[in-house]
Amino acid sequence: MSSGTLYDKVWNFHQVKQLPGGSTQLFIGLHLIHEVTSPQAFSALNEKNLGVKFPNLTVATVDHIVPTSNQQRPFSDPLAEEMLATLENNCKTHGIKFHGIGSDSQGVVHVMAPELGLTQPGMTVACGDSHTSTHGAFGAIAFGIGTSQVRDVLASQSLAMNKLKVRRIWVDGALQKGVYAKDLILHIIRHLGVKGGVGFAYEFAGPAIEKLSMEGRMTICNMAIEGGARCGYINPDETTFRYIKGKEHAPKGPEWDKAVSWWKSLASDSKATFDDEIQLDGSSIEPTITWGITPGQGISIKETIPNPELLPQNEQQIAKDACKYMNLKPDEPIEGKSIDVCFIGSCTNGRLSDLQEASKIVKGHSVATGIRAFVVPGSQKVAKEAKEKGIDKIFLKAGFEWREPGCSMCLAMNPDKLEGRQISASSSNRNFKGRQGSANGRTLLMSPAMVAAAAINGKVTDVRNFL
Amino acid sequence: MKQEFPKGEIKSIQGRSFTIRGDDIDTDRIIPARFLKCVSFSALGEQVFADDRKELKGNHPFDLDHNKGANILVVNDNFGCGSSREHAPQALMRWGIRLIIGESFAEIFFGNCLALGIPCLTASKEKIVKLQNLVEKTNTQIWNFNLKNLSISNQKEIIKLHLDEGPYNMLFSGKWDATSQLLDEEEKINKTFNNLPYLNNFKLDI
Repeated sequence: MSSGTLYDKVWNFHQVKQLPGGSTQLFIGLHLIHEVTSPQAFSALNEKNLGVKFPNLTVATVDHIVPTSNQQRPFSDPLAEEMLATLENNCKTHGIKFHGIGSDSQGVVHVMAPELGLTQPGMTVACGDSHTSTHGAFGAIAFGIGTSQVRDVLASQSLAMNKLKVRRIWVDGALQKGVYAKDLILHIIRHLGVKGGVGFAYEFAGPAIEKLSMEGRMTICNMAIEGGARCGYINPDETTFRYIKGKEHAPKGPEWDKAVSWWKSLASDSKATFDDEIQLDGSSIEPTITWGITPGQGISIKETIPNPELLPQNEQQIAKDACKYMNLKPDEPIEGKSIDVCFIGSCTNGRLSDLQEASKIVKGHSVATGIRAFVVPGSQKVAKEAKEKGIDKIFLKAGFEWREPGCSMCLAMNPDKLEGRQISASSSNRNFKGRQGSANGRTLLMSPAMVAAAAINGKVTDVRNFL
Repeated sequence: MKQEFPKGEIKSIQGRSFTIRGDDIDTDRIIPARFLKCVSFSALGEQVFADDRKELKGNHPFDLDHNKGANILVVNDNFGCGSSREHAPQALMRWGIRLIIGESFAEIFFGNCLALGIPCLTASKEKIVKLQNLVEKTNTQIWNFNLKNLSISNQKEIIKLHLDEGPYNMLFSGKWDATSQLLDEEEKINKTFNNLPYLNNFKLDI
């Protein structure tokens, strides 16, 4: 059993009591809600005649269903409009702060909350969205929950939870030029598998992790869930404190120093024990891309599609399914594979530095003929800052579309969808069958810079050719 | 006949069964995102596995006539991975599923099922494949699941299953609906609140 880890310390601070079933009642310090997984939770609350216990600890935004081409109300999709209106009403009724359409802080929930300084080290963060693990980048224990649990948090600011084991993933070295946080996390999931993290919290540590910016760290923790780990986290350090300082909800004045000393005390002790430890060399990682239908089916840009027959027994069937679905043949290179659509955005890679890195590749080039390429900033703030830096102009000049913030084609609950058998180069997090809005559409996951390179060449490209 | 949704103690489940084969079946497949555009779960039963069913043109297990009314699903490894959407277990429940047995389940999916009173039990790959073969052999047979014995049987064969103690106790006692338990001792919640530095101006000596 782990001890002395950040996970243990934060868990202990938030324990309310042991429940009769053997699980722990855990206090939730920050609850984030959005339009997709909250309406039924509020209905259930009303049915039980319960109120919201701590309305100040829940914060709402709208992201999944928002159109990215025209955000005028009412939305042209009446169902999307109904979901937004329901959330607005629920927030109003229960006194919950809502960052809605028209607000300069609206955005993808996992992008906007850190930007506002809502996410801080030592918190427990829950949200009805599996990518809540993102907030672990700050040294918070953050995890996705279902709608019944959203109801429970609203009613009691707590959840029935079982303590996870802790696996430390230590990454040595430094990432090479053209290799980003996205490549690192795809590499990790490839090696530990999509269910390797079930029952674990992942602690990401080591020199390669410490060198990452907060935005890179968020990309890593965001995809912990794709490796089966419900939460992933990184110990808070100066990079963390620098990011938080001055943000709207950051501690101010004399409180700041007290906060920093508490945050520092939360980092895993040098003598902490972990349930499992794994070590990787970050400097040997190459740009990585998925070829199949799970985020674990990744290869480096220079590798070929694996031959299912040569894989471990338990990976063979899903690899065969993936070859068939993706229409890829064993041993063919992934580099050079034609694509149709390029998507830069999402809670994984829709932040300013993601757009910035991609724009460096795009600058002075044009999107290849026949390719639809678009950029969806992760939030209003990202959009604003990108515009101030002229990043939008670079993309527009190259032939990209520049859209309004939202989840967009990561999961295609809005009008942004693949059509038919189209194949996308996507900076998002899931390549599941049908994920991007077409029942037989195909997705290749990669870093935003790699998406940019693919857009220019119209095919899967090693981004290092542009550096 | 429409079954009632799970309620109270869940000590046994009886009914016909069928299988969904394959590892890593994610919640986007169980309920594609476009069906999440709703403010109520009520219509989800008809939309379970919508894209897979469309592709198989009526031959998907959830469409086959002889599976109508079945309530036990046998699946493989890492079932329910991906998105946290409770819409997935809601869709399965509203179609009629009351028990899922598999090699393993994704964590959030497992918790979402438990919150609805749908037990997810596991067994080794070998046992699951055996169970799937038995289930597929005769689709009319009635299976009996017994929580106390952690087993499922068709009178001829008994297969032992696994469930952790926590969820076992919750189902056995009928306390799988957590809300009331969580509100049982509100003063303890308030106490935890009052002891958290970040909710109390970072006073560290509280």
